[in-house]
Amino acid sequence: MSDIAIEVKDLTRKFGNFTAVDHVTFQVKAGEVFGFLGANGAGKTTAFRMLIGLLQPTGGSARVAGFDVAKQAEEVKRRIGYMSQRFSLYEDLTPRENIRLYGGIYGLTLAQIRERADAMLQRLGASQIADTAVRSLPLGWRQKLAFSVALVHQPHIVFLDEPTSGVDPITRRQFWELIYDAASRGTTVLVTTHYMDEAEYCDRISIMVAGRIAAMGPPADLKREHNVESIDELFVQLARPAA
Amino acid sequence: MSALRGLLRKEWFHIKRDRRTATVLVMLPVVQVLLFGYAIRTDVDNVRLAVVDPAPSNTTLALRNRFAAAGVFRIVASVPRTEDLEPLFQNGTAQQAIVFDHDFTEDLGRGTPAQLLVITDATEPNTGALLQAYAQAVIQQYQFALPASPARPASIIVPVTRIRFNPTRESKNLFVPGLMAFVLTIISALMTAISLTREKETGTMEALLVSPLRPWEIIVGKVTPYLAIGFASVLLVLVEARLVFNVPVRGSIPLLLFEGLLYVLVSLAFGMLISSRTSSQRIAMMGVFLTTLLPNILLSGFIFPLESMPAILRWISYVIPGRWFVAIARGIMLKGIGLEYLWRETLYIAGLATVLLAASIRSFHERLE
Amino acid sequence: MTAIEAKALDKKFETTVALDKVTFSVEKGELFGFIGPDGGGKTTLFRILVSLMIPDAGSARVLGFDPVRDYRALRQRVGYMAGRFSLYPDLSVLENLMFFASVFGTTIEREYEQIKPIYVQLEPFKDRRAGALSGGMKQKLALCCALVHRPDILFLDEPTTGVDAVSRREFWDLLGRLKDQGLTTVVSTPYMDEARRCDRVALMHRGRLLVVDTPDGITGAFDRPLLGVRAKDRYKALLALRTYEHAHSAYPFGEVIHYTDNRIDAPVDRLAADVKTFLATSGFGDASAEPLTPTVEDSFIARTEEAA
Repeated sequence: MSDIAIEVKDLTRKFGNFTAVDHVTFQVKAGEVFGFLGANGAGKTTAFRMLIGLLQPTGGSARVAGFDVAKQAEEVKRRIGYMSQRFSLYEDLTPRENIRLYGGIYGLTLAQIRERADAMLQRLGASQIADTAVRSLPLGWRQKLAFSVALVHQPHIVFLDEPTSGVDPITRRQFWELIYDAASRGTTVLVTTHYMDEAEYCDRISIMVAGRIAAMGPPADLKREHNVESIDELFVQLARPAA
Repeated sequence: MSALRGLLRKEWFHIKRDRRTATVLVMLPVVQVLLFGYAIRTDVDNVRLAVVDPAPSNTTLALRNRFAAAGVFRIVASVPRTEDLEPLFQNGTAQQAIVFDHDFTEDLGRGTPAQLLVITDATEPNTGALLQAYAQAVIQQYQFALPASPARPASIIVPVTRIRFNPTRESKNLFVPGLMAFVLTIISALMTAISLTREKETGTMEALLVSPLRPWEIIVGKVTPYLAIGFASVLLVLVEARLVFNVPVRGSIPLLLFEGLLYVLVSLAFGMLISSRTSSQRIAMMGVFLTTLLPNILLSGFIFPLESMPAILRWISYVIPGRWFVAIARGIMLKGIGLEYLWRETLYIAGLATVLLAASIRSFHERLE
Repeated sequence: MTAIEAKALDKKFETTVALDKVTFSVEKGELFGFIGPDGGGKTTLFRILVSLMIPDAGSARVLGFDPVRDYRALRQRVGYMAGRFSLYPDLSVLENLMFFASVFGTTIEREYEQIKPIYVQLEPFKDRRAGALSGGMKQKLALCCALVHRPDILFLDEPTTGVDAVSRREFWDLLGRLKDQGLTTVVSTPYMDEARRCDRVALMHRGRLLVVDTPDGITGAFDRPLLGVRAKDRYKALLALRTYEHAHSAYPFGEVIHYTDNRIDAPVDRLAADVKTFLATSGFGDASAEPLTPTVEDSFIARTEEAA
């Protein structure tokens, strides 16, 4: 597999006269943790949906895991994992049943599923809650489990849509350690978030303003270049004229 | 601006903004009446059969027994002369009659064609046709069972069929008022039930609760706009009944409209009561269907005559407002009678509306639990 | 003058404890924050204080009223913005405002002075449906609706959740302005960094108040040496740090690792040098370590660890 996990060139999406995503170009390397930021309505969600094959671009191209999102959406979907705050696990199933369900969806054998489920639950220290309905687990557990389930088919890239909003600080950090762990084993991670301090956990970030990428790079470099203390400040500086 | 006026205005905006839903709400009763009006037909079970047998013999008795044994027919009368049939059809005692020719037995014995007249009340064309077919089938079977004789042709009995038109038994006239009751109840109850639970689901109820609004204001604010929509439905359904189904309105139209409004009110109040006890639109919807759909189909007397029901079901039917509205609507539309005969029914519906509204105000939670 | 006085409030939902002996008071004119993750009991507490729920035990006074007994009187004077904004998406901005004004028997015109600072920002969109507003605008409209009857106290339940950083900042600026007018405001938020905008905050976790104090008081009470550690491979460095014999905790904080040491009384500079040496010998030659001022989030973590 090539070193580039996501390659986006002039990606554009119009809704009628409104250009939600306007010639966006960027690359994400394999094993990178890439933060995708933007104000409400800046086109972040639209771009995100195109990358996971849910929305057809109206211009430009995007290759995810080596496949064209416009023409080979099915191939793309097979090679990515997805988790969002809103939809992650089936609440009336137990963690083990969820793993089995998602494993089945991605065509894993029962033996593979069992093996990975055990390994995953052990790594999370979740063996004792493996057979408790997800509904009765605390939010923090659910988020960590959801992330692991999104990785069950060992995708090349995992897309996280605001994965940690509302989670307590310790769990949030445990969650980020899971992300780092996955990245250190070669999984590419693309994450959106409203926590600007969370952006600083990423290897690189991009900030979208009015459909375009207004800034991109490692958080430390961006802060230095724009002479700001935090990404929060940078974000406000970039997004305010448009707001 | 007073709080209640504010509520009414807001509710009106909701209705105005969501034109599609408003149109559906107003038009649904019209469409349903149309569909059901054509679709619902009387069952061909328990057909009330009258027999005219001027010269009873073993032969005629055998054929009569065949009718009795067919399972579909119930012989309700046996009269000597054709003229005696008239009152039977008039008052609805008989739906169908077989009239043996005076020489039926002799003709059959001689091998000459025997005359048999089959008269059917076909107010309801489909049912009428079905009844005729049943009667013919019984006669046919009887013929096949006759001992074979070379002198006799295969078809020896010549049934002559005649169709009767009987205005008082016209099913459309009976169905349409019943349908109105049924359709208006469901739509009205659904409107309030959904509108209130929607606010619970979206969280706006929290803002209403924490305000100084009183439960009665919230409930009156919800019921009033939908009363207008329901009234529009009543008007349209009546126009439809008149123009499409030719159902007469022999009594007072203002009285009929007033009764319709009262009936919509009782249904809205019922929806309100359900929604004050449920927290999701889905459950409220199921609740409305469960509590209005079946009782109004089965126990309002609109499809199945209440007179032939077991006593216990008849007793249950007394609490169903639809039953009383059907009686009112039939009374005004078909019989042309007024409040002097219908005041009991009217009073019951008005009383029930008051009780239901009071109950929903009482059971309205002023907190979130 | 006390605006809120809560004593040992308890609330259970089936087996889940939502509030566990919550006691605190809020002064008149204060901007008071409840800070903590979801499921901590913030919403339940707010609902009890605005009379939407009844506590299992304990008592409360809001503006001198008992939310259980005097709820009618209380509701006249409370402004409440629920977690989900409570707006009618099919009504325009102006219609939403008019409606909430009418509910309290007043009009926009009469209350114009009170809502003016927010209303001027909404005015360009006054005919737009609330459902078509951006998150930030919805939030401002909801605030405006909660203010339109000139309440004596304002409860805002997670007003900044799911709203972008720019809108969040503007929103806090507005709250600052309301505070200057003397309005008592109680806010809840899961964002730790917003604690700085409050006069006093209560850190809330699993139904309990971990601490109630000023933001400075809270970070000032952080009594462990805190270091910020940087390394190129921060994940491996983090794992390595946790194996260090004196390590108390090590957590990623963005690009930096926040490290606390067990040697409470040792000078921080010496600890920094020690940690740097340890990392260098563990193969992180590029690592740096320097003393840090603790944040509210550091305090929150420390206190939840203590509680656990």
